[in-house]
Amino acid sequence: MDYLTAFVVGGLFCLLGQLLFDLTPFSPGHILAGFVVAGGVLGSVGVYDRLIEFAGAGASLPIASFGNSLVKGVLLEAERHGLIGVLTGMFELTSSGIAAGIVFSFFIALIFNPRG
Amino acid sequence: MAPRIPSRLKLTQQEFDQITQKITPRPPLARNAVIAFLSGGLICLIGQLLQNLYASFGYSTQEASSATVSTVIFIGSLLTGLGVFDQIARFAGAGTAVPVTGFANSLTSAALEFKKEGLVTGLSSKMFTLAGSVIVLGVVTAFVAGIIKSLFL
Repeated sequence: MDYLTAFVVGGLFCLLGQLLFDLTPFSPGHILAGFVVAGGVLGSVGVYDRLIEFAGAGASLPIASFGNSLVKGVLLEAERHGLIGVLTGMFELTSSGIAAGIVFSFFIALIFNPRG
Repeated sequence: MAPRIPSRLKLTQQEFDQITQKITPRPPLARNAVIAFLSGGLICLIGQLLQNLYASFGYSTQEASSATVSTVIFIGSLLTGLGVFDQIARFAGAGTAVPVTGFANSLTSAALEFKKEGLVTGLSSKMFTLAGSVIVLGVVTAFVAGIIKSLFL
């Protein structure tokens, strides 16, 4: 059952993205940044976490989840440590994704050469 | 001497726009949307498989989710290095761009593209040329949300 919801919800995120790519004059970069901001806003009111509970990887893999994770880290730390938590919690949940992206990209770009 | 253009060949900007609009192929909307849905859904389905696998190793939900995201980033990055990602992305469109595979691709492809400018000033400093906006705007959003919540709520 969790595979079906992951497939459908993840697919819907991408379908929405494709429609925005094709129907709006904005560049993919603009639209993906928009997804992150939207994920952050939905995260700050707690909606995005419910979506993850429902759809698992279908909601945690789309890039909107990055915005949600940033906000969630900030809000958790702010609750524990006050205002400074806004800064100390920023990358609490997203550090694995950013670190993985940097490390893998670094070594893969070292090993391979661009094509074409 | 500038070549004279016969007046019947002159186009106003408006006429020019009309003609370009007519001959520019429209993206096949429904087809693109269906392919994006199916390919993006498939990526998330594979992600769910990974997540359940990691959970069965005894990881908490949060840890399993982080491990899944990292694994998918690795796959996206590797496929970019192999030159396969672009071919898939040309077919799948937003199906590969919206999941975190797109984030991985933007990092690795920028790193690869600027590799020839050197390890420090090229590969390393240009890695975030494309993905930087996502991180900056995400962080700013989270900062504003955090300030509002801790000061006013």
